[in-house]
Amino acid sequence: MVNSQEILKIKDLEKSFDGVPVLNRLTLTVKRGEVLVVIGPSGCGKSTLLRCLNGLEPVNGGQIVFEGQILTSFQTSWSRVRQRIGMVFQNYELFPHFNVLENILLGPVRVQGRKKSEALEKAEFWLNRVGLWDRRESFPRQLSGGQKQRVAIVRALAMDPEIMLFDEVTASLDPEMVREVLDVILNLAKEGLTMIIVTHEMAFARAVADRIIFIDQGVIVEDSPPETFFENPATDRARRFLNIFQFDGVQRGSRGTGPKTVPVRL
Amino acid sequence: MDFEFITARAPLFGQAARLTVTLAFWGIIFSSAVGLVCAVIRFYRVPLLRQAAAGYIELARNTPLIVQLFFLYFGLPRLGVVWDGETCAIAGLTFLGGGYLAEAFRGGLSAVGRGQIEAGLSIGLNRFQLLRYVIIPQALAVALPAISAAVIFLMKETSVFSIVALPDLMYVAKDLLKEGYSGESNLMLVASYLVVILPVSLAFGYWERRLRFAGFGS
Amino acid sequence: MLDSALSIFRTGRNLARLMEGLGITLQISAAAVGLSLLLGIPAGLLMAGRRPLIPKLLRLYLEIIRVMPILVLLFLFYYSLSRFLNINLSAMTVSVLVFTLWGTAEMSDLVRGAVSSLPRHQWESGRALGLNEMQVSLYVVFPQIVRRLLPGIINLTTRMIKTTPFVFFINLPDLLKVGQQIVEVSGIRNPLSSVWVYGFIFAVYFAICYPISLLSRYLELRWQS
Repeated sequence: MVNSQEILKIKDLEKSFDGVPVLNRLTLTVKRGEVLVVIGPSGCGKSTLLRCLNGLEPVNGGQIVFEGQILTSFQTSWSRVRQRIGMVFQNYELFPHFNVLENILLGPVRVQGRKKSEALEKAEFWLNRVGLWDRRESFPRQLSGGQKQRVAIVRALAMDPEIMLFDEVTASLDPEMVREVLDVILNLAKEGLTMIIVTHEMAFARAVADRIIFIDQGVIVEDSPPETFFENPATDRARRFLNIFQFDGVQRGSRGTGPKTVPVRL
Repeated sequence: MDFEFITARAPLFGQAARLTVTLAFWGIIFSSAVGLVCAVIRFYRVPLLRQAAAGYIELARNTPLIVQLFFLYFGLPRLGVVWDGETCAIAGLTFLGGGYLAEAFRGGLSAVGRGQIEAGLSIGLNRFQLLRYVIIPQALAVALPAISAAVIFLMKETSVFSIVALPDLMYVAKDLLKEGYSGESNLMLVASYLVVILPVSLAFGYWERRLRFAGFGS
Repeated sequence: MLDSALSIFRTGRNLARLMEGLGITLQISAAAVGLSLLLGIPAGLLMAGRRPLIPKLLRLYLEIIRVMPILVLLFLFYYSLSRFLNINLSAMTVSVLVFTLWGTAEMSDLVRGAVSSLPRHQWESGRALGLNEMQVSLYVVFPQIVRRLLPGIINLTTRMIKTTPFVFFINLPDLLKVGQQIVEVSGIRNPLSSVWVYGFIFAVYFAICYPISLLSRYLELRWQS
C-alpha cells in the first residue's frame, strides 16, 4: 500500500518546555499510506511530537511540511490543517454533553459545513464498522472505556483526515478492552490510511507498523522495519528499552540478578 | 389580623414587587454581561485587563451594596454626576453582581479540562466555535449552582433599594408601619418576597437537577 | 480637596464616632458568628445523620432562610415580634438574633457538606489500622472536616460583616448610620462630605473583608492539595 509520495516531512524539529529540550532537531519523513509506530521511554518526546504535528504545541524551531504546506509558519490556519489531520487522545476526550452521534457530527457539520444527511451517512458507516451504531444515542458516561475510544476514533475519521495521529490510545483502558480498540486501528492500517501511532503495546506495534520509530531523549535513535527492530535492534538503548517488556529472564527467587537480554518473540 | 387592610393595600405591594423584579432583572442581566467579560478576560489571561478585572472583582465582593449605593446616590452628585434612584440601583447591583458572577463563571471555565479544549481544536473548531460548543456548555453546567446562589443573593440584596428613594417592597412596608399595622404589613412583605424569589430558586433547582441527569458525570 | 476631607474627620468627635459605629458592626458580626458556630455545628451533624425527619426539617428551615432577604427578617423581628410577644427587644438584640438565625442555617449546611463529602473509606481505613471509633473520629475524621470547613466559615464571616449595614434600617448606630449623621450635619458647610464619608466607609469595609477573604482562599488552596 505504501507509495512513494511524501505526505509529511519533519526537519530539525525543536521543542522545549521551560528551557528543557524535549525534541532535539528531530527529522522524519512519512509517506502516504505508511503506518509509523513511535515508541520510546516515557518523557522521550513521542507525545510531544504528535502534538506538534497538529499545532497543539507551538514548536521552537525546525520545519513541518504537510502536503507541501509549511505548518511551522505564522500564517498557518490550524483550523484548516486539523480538519485533515485526525487525532485520538489517551483519555478519549469525548464531549460529555453531547451524545455519540452529536460528538461525531460536530466536526463535519459545524467545521466543514457538510450537509447533515451526508455526514450522518458517513457516521453510520463508521459506527457500523466499529460496532457501535446502536449506541449512537448514548452519552459518553454510559459507554465503557473501549467503546468511548472507538467513538473517539470515529469522531476523527468522520472528518476524512489524510493522516491519523494516535496518542497512547489504549493506555487508560482496562486490559480486556485494549483489543477491541487495537482491532479497529489494525483494520484501518489494512486499508492504507496513513497513521502515526504512539503506543506501549509492543505486540500490536509489531503487527501494525510499516516502520518503528524509536525515540530517546528527543531524537530518533532507530528507524527500521518492525522485524529488524524487535529481533535485532541496532542500538543498545533500544535493546535495553525492549527488555523492560520481557519477563523470560526473571524468575521468582532469583530477584536481583536482573533481566537477561532475550530476543523478543511476539 | 385586619384582612380588609390587607386586601386594600395588596395592589401597593403588587406594584412594589413589580419594581423590585424589574430592577433585579436588569441588574442581573448587566451583572451577567460584566461577569462574563471579566471571566473570559481572566480565562484567556489577557494582560493588563486581567489585573484590572481581578481588582474590580475584589472591590465588588468585599464591600456591601448599601455602602456602594450611598456613595453613588449621595456622593457622586457632589462630584457632578447626578443619577436618579433607578440608575443608581441598577448600577450598584451591576457593580456588585458583576464581581460575584465573574467568580461563578470563572469556576465553571476553569473546570473545563485542557483535554476537552484540545479535542475541540483537533477537529478544527475555531475559537468561537470552541466556546460555543465545548467550553460554555460544560462551564455552565459546573457553574450553575454558583450562578444560582449569586442570582438569589442579588435578588435579596435589592431589598436595600429604598435608601435611594425607590418605592420598592421595603419602602411600602416601612410606610405602612407608620399606620400601625406592622403585623399585616410584615406578613405581606414576607409573602411578596416569597412570590418574587421562590420561583427563581425553584427554577434553578430544577435546571440543576436536569443538567445533572443529562450527559454529565463521565 | 484634601483639606475638606481632613476637616470632616477632625471636626468634633467625628472619627471617634465612626469608630464606635464600626465597633457595633464588629460586635454584631462576632456575636453572630460565635452563636452560629455553637448552634450550626450540631445542626449540621444532625443534617448529615441518617435520622429521617430532622434533616428534612432543617433543610426546609435552611431553604426558607435562604430565600428571605435579611432585611425582611430584621423588619419582622424588630417591628412585629416584639409586639406579638409583647416584649421589648433592643435593635442590637434583634440584629444578633437575626444574623444568628441566618448564620446557623448557613453553618449547618457547611458542616453537613464537609461531613458528607468525606469519603467513607476514610472511616474504613482508619478502622483497618486498628483504631477504635473514638480514635478514628479524633485523628482521622475531625482534622479533615476542620480543613474542609474553615474556609467556608471564614467566608461566611465576611458575608456577615458585609450584611451588617442592614441594621441601619432599624436605627442601630452602626458605621453607616453614624456616617449618615455626620454627612447630615457637615454637608451644609462642606459639600464634599458625602463623598469623603461614604468613600471612607467603603474603604473600611474593604480593608476588613479583603484580608479575611484572602485568608480563606489561602487556606482553601493550601489544604486542597
